This record gives sequence, structure tokens and C-alpha cells, in this order.
Amino acid sequence: MLHAFTLLLLCQLVGEVVVRALGVPVPGPVLGMVLLFVGLCIKGSVPPALDEVGGTLLRHLSLLFVPAGVGVISYLALIEAELLPLALAVVPGTLIALVVTGWAMSWLTRRQPEDEQR
Amino acid sequence: MTEPLPQLWVYLGTSPLAALTLTLAAYLAGDALFRHTGRPALLNPVLVAILLIGSVLWLGGGTFEGYFEGAQFVHFLLGPATVALAIPLYRELERVRRSLPALVASLVIGSLTAIVAAVTLAWLTGATTETLASLAPKSVTTPVAMGISEALGGIPALTAALVILSGIVGAALGPAALRLARIRDPRAQGLAYGVAAHGLGTARALQTSQIAGAFAGIAIGLNALATAILLPLLWRWLAPLL
Repeated sequence: MLHAFTLLLLCQLVGEVVVRALGVPVPGPVLGMVLLFVGLCIKGSVPPALDEVGGTLLRHLSLLFVPAGVGVISYLALIEAELLPLALAVVPGTLIALVVTGWAMSWLTRRQPEDEQR
Repeated sequence: MTEPLPQLWVYLGTSPLAALTLTLAAYLAGDALFRHTGRPALLNPVLVAILLIGSVLWLGGGTFEGYFEGAQFVHFLLGPATVALAIPLYRELERVRRSLPALVASLVIGSLTAIVAAVTLAWLTGATTETLASLAPKSVTTPVAMGISEALGGIPALTAALVILSGIVGAALGPAALRLARIRDPRAQGLAYGVAAHGLGTARALQTSQIAGAFAGIAIGLNALATAILLPLLWRWLAPLL
């Protein structure tokens, strides 16, 4: 378990260093995800310990956004100043992006319907 | 037991223990409420947890800075959790590979839609150019969104807040929007969650299926890359019109 967590941190660390050294416009952890992905492809399987640690983190992914979410309260004054435009951009704006992306992907993969679920 | 109350208060204020306990307890309470009320969109567990913690801080006279000093340990885990998204991605590799051209095309369409929809709606209702620059990258994961916002002349702190709010909207109202739009393919659902609502959307997608989680994870990374490249180019053309 400790090995698996160290591996996740190591991938993130290498990702952060490379992102800063090369100025790539993606966050360090995202590059870390690519590194781990390449590693898993080379190994050919997910080690059970990594599956356990990674699975635990991902099951509670939304919890990890709570501290940053509390931070939003500090900026309420900034948001209140232009409430209507910001509310429109955040609520319908986000849902339009969600639906258009979903429609595009559904339409473009309509010839591979074997994944249809639910 | 014999410690006088003010000293106890000082201890709780400086140790990460109180902030960590509060974060976990508020989230568990939010999650329990969500489950026991039939999962209504407005009782999104993250939103409820934020409001509970905000109320406790307000009632107890605490500051966000003091709270975050403890809660940063939870916040920190976002990094390794993002790395761990490689696991569902690896498991769904075959599906991802087969739909790669469709995925890339949908991603670019979604990325541009997220920018254009947000900027247009805010521009029509009179937002300042600075605000428009702050909200244009709001569907991208926080560190990249803040960087883009700064480069466009926006307010990075406002962008960070809008990113979180967009994530909450996507996670809370996304399921209903997808149902109304009849988007049932888990690949399309996952990609949509990742493009429009970054990590919070991905958390929601992972609750639906591993397939949706894998596609959402890719979408976070590719959307960050696509927006970082496309938005500054688009902005050069848009800015004179705003």
C-alpha cells in the first residue's frame, strides 16, 4: 500500500518537474497520470495494491474538492458584483457544454453501439 | 479536562485536527443527506459540505486561511487522485483506442462550446472584459484555468471560484441534463462530464461506471491542453469585439 502511494506521488512529482521545466500547458498531476498510464501499459496489469489505493482515492474524489469549494465563499463579493452574467455563464453555460459534448460523442460513435448501457 | 476554554480554542484553531475533522464530517453528513433524500440535485454532497463548513466558520469566527491550513491535507490528495485516473483509463484502453478520432473531435467541439457559451451569455448580460477573461476558461481544471485567465487579463482568483462552481453545477445538474438530452452512451457521458465539469464531473462519472470515469479522466487532460492552445488564439480574435 505504501509502495503504491509512493508511486502515485512519484508520478505527480516527475509530472510537476517536467511541466515546469518545459512550460507545457497541462497541470503536473495530469502529466503524472500519463506517466502512470504508460507504466501500466508496459507492465500489462494493475498491481492489486495500486488498485486499492487508487480506487480509494477515486471513490472519494468529490470530497477532495471540498476545501477549495470552501474557498469560493471568500470570493462571493467578487461574484456578487456581476451576479447575473456569472450565474448565466456557470449554470446554463456549463450545461450547454455538457450536452453539446455528449451529443457530439454519441453521434460520432453511433457506429460502435456495443457500449450502450443503462 | 482542566484546560481553560480559551486555551482549548487556541489549540483547535492552530491544529489541523479540527479543520480535517470538520471537512470529513461535513462531507459525510452531506453524503448521508443526499442518499436519504433520494439524491436531489440541489443537495449535492459537495455543496452541502461547503455550506456546512462555511456556517461553522462563520459561527465560530474562523477564517478561511485558518481552515485551509488544516484542510490543505485533503486538498493535497487531489494530485495523487488525478494520477490514479490512469487506472480506469488503462482498464478501458481498448474502448478508448477504438473511439479515439470521435473522442478528439468531440473534445475540440466541447472545449470551444464551453468557452463560447460562457462568454456569449455573460457578454449579453453586460459583463466587463476582465470578467469575460476570468470566466472563459472556467470548465478547465483549476491550475490551468488560472494560468489562462491571467494571460488573458482576467482575475485568477475569480476564475478558481468559477471553476469550482462549474464543477458543482456539472456534477449536480449533469445527470438530469444528460437524461433530458438522451445521452446514454457511457463514453459520451464521461467525456461530457470531463469537458464541462473537470474533476468534480469526473467524480460523478466514476459513480456511473468505470467506462464513463475513464473517458472523463482523459477529457480533463485533453480539455486543459486544447483550451490552453485554442483560447488565447480565439481571444485575439474575440477581444476587439467585446
